[in-house]
Amino acid sequence: MYALRVHDLGKRYHLGRQMDAYATLRDALAQAATSLFRRRAAARPREDILWALRHVSFDVPQGKVLGIIGRNGAGKSTLLKILSRVTEPTEGYAEIRGRVGSLLEVGTGFHPELTGRENIYLNGAILGMRREEIEHKFDEIVAFSEIGRFLDTPVKRYSSGMYVRLAFAVAAHLEPEILVVDEVLAVGDAAFQKKCLGRMSDVAQGGRTVLFVSHNMSAILNLTEETIVLDKGRIVFHGPTPEAVDHYLATAVHGAGERTWQPEEIPASAYPFQPLTLRVKDARGRVTDTVRSTEPVTVEVAYRLHQPVQGLRVGIYLLSMRGEYVFASFDTDDAEHYQRWATRPAGRYVSRCVIPADLLNGGRYLLSVNASAYRVKRYFQEDNAVAFHVDATGAPGSHWPEKRVGLIRPRLTWAIEPQETEAAP
Amino acid sequence: MSPSPADEIIIIRPSRGWLDLNLREVWRYRELVYFLTWRDIKVRYKQTFLGAAWAILQPFLTMVVFTLFFGRLAHIPSDNVPYPIFSYAALLPWQLFSKALNDAGRSLVANRNMLTKVYFPRLVIPLASLLGGVVDFGIAFLVLLAMMAYYGIAPTARVWALVPFLLLALITALGVGLWLSALNVLYRDVGYTLPFLTQAWMFITPIAYSSTLVPPKWRLLYALNPMAGVVNGFRWALLGTPTGPDASLAVSTAVAFLLLVSGLYFFRRMERQFADRV
Repeated sequence: MYALRVHDLGKRYHLGRQMDAYATLRDALAQAATSLFRRRAAARPREDILWALRHVSFDVPQGKVLGIIGRNGAGKSTLLKILSRVTEPTEGYAEIRGRVGSLLEVGTGFHPELTGRENIYLNGAILGMRREEIEHKFDEIVAFSEIGRFLDTPVKRYSSGMYVRLAFAVAAHLEPEILVVDEVLAVGDAAFQKKCLGRMSDVAQGGRTVLFVSHNMSAILNLTEETIVLDKGRIVFHGPTPEAVDHYLATAVHGAGERTWQPEEIPASAYPFQPLTLRVKDARGRVTDTVRSTEPVTVEVAYRLHQPVQGLRVGIYLLSMRGEYVFASFDTDDAEHYQRWATRPAGRYVSRCVIPADLLNGGRYLLSVNASAYRVKRYFQEDNAVAFHVDATGAPGSHWPEKRVGLIRPRLTWAIEPQETEAAP
Repeated sequence: MSPSPADEIIIIRPSRGWLDLNLREVWRYRELVYFLTWRDIKVRYKQTFLGAAWAILQPFLTMVVFTLFFGRLAHIPSDNVPYPIFSYAALLPWQLFSKALNDAGRSLVANRNMLTKVYFPRLVIPLASLLGGVVDFGIAFLVLLAMMAYYGIAPTARVWALVPFLLLALITALGVGLWLSALNVLYRDVGYTLPFLTQAWMFITPIAYSSTLVPPKWRLLYALNPMAGVVNGFRWALLGTPTGPDASLAVSTAVAFLLLVSGLYFFRRMERQFADRV
């Protein structure tokens, strides 16, 4: 039996209209007046139209977990918003058997002035839980959130971690037939993330249907068997998860060792940080998507600050193809840099680092970029912004043509000390 | 769990034209109305120094100002009732109305993060902001009872009629509030219009003066403002002024219902665009 059936779903946005979301009455009146005289004058030029989603069809059998992956702007969020009935499709239809619970963003409707206890009730009601149900699960929610004695403290005094834990705890105790999850795992510390993942697989094993959107390839690989890949609003791949992940990494991620951001790609929330380019350079300073493991690799983030920013850190995450982290590093990791750049004045910058030679193993790697002020604001983050290939020719041990396990392949200094040798005859 | 039954099949498709109102869905979500109302009240009282006292202070201070300027200085006739109580009896439903109108008008924009994240019948939001004012009304009403005791005015036997008049005020506020809240999502001009609208509306409502000052031949036209009917009714039921139900009240009631029904349909019609445009 199908829990969810999606047929030819499409969502169209008028770019012009979206941009002047704060359209004034004057514009509307003026347009009404002109269209009185010129019929069809209001017809828009084609380029104003953006199909955020088009011709999307798939079925999800009851009890299955379906993964959804794709670059930013591929239409994942639009799809989830339609399925959770936040917004309407422009064409096509979806048939949903049972109740939909969405974790589009945890903590919706949380009010900073209210206490943890009060927010549990409020948030539960917003998510569609009945009061007796909330009461029934109250202790479980509190235990899961680990907020303990802060239950009767206004949430504005919570640390960001506590806030998120509480919000997730409420959402995780919804028990809908179909659960829609979008990137909630990007929150909290590692231990809490693990707990959330555990909760998700419990939900899936409990016979519920889950739609799971994530940039985290290892979470997708762990939790789903089947995945669809979205690109520019269309399904470009639908099949077993390992193949879907390969398809996504091979096609959707920018190759050529360079990612350039157009102003319209950057979310408004990034202001005053404007990313310009992310580049991978080889030892000769050429932008490339293949580097040698025996040579140092330079990674450069170019950006512009439109205003001075306090406590800014710009950094990279290096990931394997499967989404496992190799390392994270920020330009103000160094204590001296951290003090020197406590406030970064407006202007253009390049933050550059060198990944030393003889560190990475051969294979494909992904770079995510992040600009944030710790505990204050995440200005910009793009996961898997650039992919590059590391060629292991000449790496330690490459005279044996075997594949070395592991993500790193350091050149370690071995000593071979004879303890007792037999004299050659 | 979620207010819809487990084995229900939900069909999601583009809606066209005028929708049915789907009030059953709103009824299913009645607990959310309750929680949102409760949140608004709780937050308001937590954030303000004087808390619930504001519910009394606002109409009371307005009454004092009106009494000084309109009662003492301008000697506006007050149907043989002491001017303070004459104006306070009108300010009560008026404050309820203007607060409900302003809160409802801004409610969708104020709750935009809910609109763009979670599904629930959107009608819940303006409805909850309307009900927040009823609590304030209840508190301010106690002051009225105290004032009536002070002036030695016994309520008339028609005091029960306050309930339908209160409903009439709420219906009017909801009707206009629905129009304005939906328009405010599309055009933020509405936010700027609200203070002006409320002020102008106050002058065409018999608060500082009595509707008996309006020449009889204009009375029906004057009654097109449902709040005129409400205020007349309040004074009649509480203080026994000669402004009891007549043909004007029928006009007021008809206009109020017209506003409500048209507001409901307009709101539903615009609802599908809220999440994309708010």
